[in-house]
Amino acid sequence: MLPGISLGIGVQLEPSQLEQLRSSALATAGDRLPTLEQIIETVTLRGGYNTNLVIAGTTLLGLAAGIIGVFALLRKRSLMTDALSHATLPGITIAFLTATALGFDGRSLPVLLLGATVSGVAGVLCIHAILRFSRLTEDAAIGIVLSVFFGAGIVGLSYIQANANTSSAGLNRFIYGQAATMRAGDVAIMGSIAGVSVVTTVLLLKEFALVCFNDAFAKVDGWPVGAIDLVMMGLVVLVTVAGLQAVGLILVVAMLIIPPVAARFWTERLWLLVVLAGVIGAASGYFGSVVSALLPRKPAGSVIVLTSGSIFAISFICAPARGVIATAIRRLRLRLRIAGDHLLERAHELHTSVLPASVVDELAQRRGWSRWLRTLVIWSLRRAGMVGSMTSNGLEVLRAGMARGARVSRNHALWKQYLISYADIAPSHVDWSVDQVEHVLSDALIAELEAELTAQGIAIPAVGSAGR
Amino acid sequence: MDETHPRTLSSLPEHSAESPLSVHAMTVAYHRKPVLWDVDYDAPSGALIAIVGPNGAGKSTLIKACLGLVPRASGQVEFWGRPYTQVRSRIGYVPQRESVDWDFPVSALDVVCMGRYRKIGWCRPVGRSHRRAALACMERVGMAEYAHRQISQLSGGQQQRVFLARALAQEADLYFMDEPFAGVDAATETAIVDVLRELKALGKTAIVVHHDLQTVEEYFDELILLNMRVVAAGPVARVFTRENLQKTYGGRLTLLSEAAEAVARVGSQGG
Repeated sequence: MLPGISLGIGVQLEPSQLEQLRSSALATAGDRLPTLEQIIETVTLRGGYNTNLVIAGTTLLGLAAGIIGVFALLRKRSLMTDALSHATLPGITIAFLTATALGFDGRSLPVLLLGATVSGVAGVLCIHAILRFSRLTEDAAIGIVLSVFFGAGIVGLSYIQANANTSSAGLNRFIYGQAATMRAGDVAIMGSIAGVSVVTTVLLLKEFALVCFNDAFAKVDGWPVGAIDLVMMGLVVLVTVAGLQAVGLILVVAMLIIPPVAARFWTERLWLLVVLAGVIGAASGYFGSVVSALLPRKPAGSVIVLTSGSIFAISFICAPARGVIATAIRRLRLRLRIAGDHLLERAHELHTSVLPASVVDELAQRRGWSRWLRTLVIWSLRRAGMVGSMTSNGLEVLRAGMARGARVSRNHALWKQYLISYADIAPSHVDWSVDQVEHVLSDALIAELEAELTAQGIAIPAVGSAGR
Repeated sequence: MDETHPRTLSSLPEHSAESPLSVHAMTVAYHRKPVLWDVDYDAPSGALIAIVGPNGAGKSTLIKACLGLVPRASGQVEFWGRPYTQVRSRIGYVPQRESVDWDFPVSALDVVCMGRYRKIGWCRPVGRSHRRAALACMERVGMAEYAHRQISQLSGGQQQRVFLARALAQEADLYFMDEPFAGVDAATETAIVDVLRELKALGKTAIVVHHDLQTVEEYFDELILLNMRVVAAGPVARVFTRENLQKTYGGRLTLLSEAAEAVARVGSQGG
């Protein structure tokens, strides 16, 4: 690990001097960028025993948290998990005070984590009790428990700081996390938790899925929903408590929730979601502690969370089916298609292969097309070989465009007729206006409509006869 | 609770051993306010039974209380003369479509396979034979071609058919269906009716929460008219009358619901 440099020297400096010193210090030591050699050394796990311990610990923790987080997310318990981690604080202080009073070392990790577990679980039970015996909603119950438990923990901490004669400041690390204090034993614990998480998930994937998706059905089907829930929640508690020391109780929820949420953008398969969330969690844990090893005074916990946050942001924007860009493109395509169809339909209705600019203008105005949409529509139609160029006479509609216009017009008429003849059934499940539905009618549905209308003895409008 | 009414053999109707469902003196309350009063009903075997009544009449609650999904304040429920825990494997369930999050990361076939989980057992993956059985159930509701679609990409009616296929995959003898016809398209309605008739032909019983009075006579054999209590129950031909419907739908604030309000008030003051 690189040594940090302290700026607090107790010397009075002019603000300008201070600024100068600060920038030079940043450049030389405090935030000195590591050399390539150092980076390679750390990344390839040759950065020393302690560094490797921390990297291994946070990677394993990230793996376990990512996997277990999937079920917390799918069971809609993300916020509950946050309450759980905040509710561990009073348990930590009480465990410290009790152990010290009994003459043990209050800073022993197992004792503190036991206290954390007990009060975290107590917090979750309080939420359930509030929900059961009042009419409060879950978000309110979580808000109450989270803040009250955390407040009690802070009171306990300040009491310890004021009264205990031993150095007790170490307890603060459970709030913000201090991955660098990890020892070999802690890494072994992370490893066992990761192992338990993987094995349990592999064995009980279908049971977890059933309960998360539809607990009422699971119950009727004879599955012990309460016990399965207990296993899921138990793993969440395990991962949370294990993560306290490394990333702190404020950020540990991020390790559980962000990886599965990011992974959800890339897959529709549950097992792949679990694998991806585990990989994203592990990668964030690895990257976070590598960065914090290379840049002094960068706490691993926050770098881990920022890493997974970046992966989330990339997924949110770039994912192929669910990402923002993909959604925007899809929406624009549909809009262009509908607008183009309206244009071609108009040409069909007017029986003209040259649409005068005035007609296009009128259509654009009536349909509320912006200027760029209008340009884009004509451009996309031209690219599809539906229209030619805009001449002084107007827009030339090619043969393919005329055919498409005829088809749109016909579908439109078919749909209208369908609504009329099935008025008693259709309105309950038709939520698109006639104007939009014609653009999404599949060929199969059109064939079905024709068959149904023929069977009803209703004349199908021939191509070309359907005007408005 | 049950302990206050010790169940004796003599208190049960004689034919309850053959009846797939017999409900005796069942009362259900939410937050101290009774929603079902003193329900008595014996379902005939092999019938298609509709539960009909206005909004808030307790139709879904009746099903959920029978299945133990909501606690009963009093009364007993037996299936073929035995408690629910002994006959679970003979009971199938179609919950309300809105009761789940359809953005769950599974395919339609995955959902139908959930109907096989009981037969697969703990800790084992879904084998090929179960997958095939699930696919066959999807075929019966006309959904085989959508097997690999993610469930959020299905229409409401298709989602309903997936739930129906999952219940078929349970291979039960008694089915509870909560509003399967709510907001579905014509194709789905036909598919559900076909499945119901198929079940009846196989000698199975289905108890269906239904909201459409126009189709009751066409689809069902038995009818339970419900409005916080059983207004009338029996064969459709006998029960589906104008007076009974008026008794069921005529004005929510009957003497009974006033009594319920009063009980709730007393209860909240006392406790």
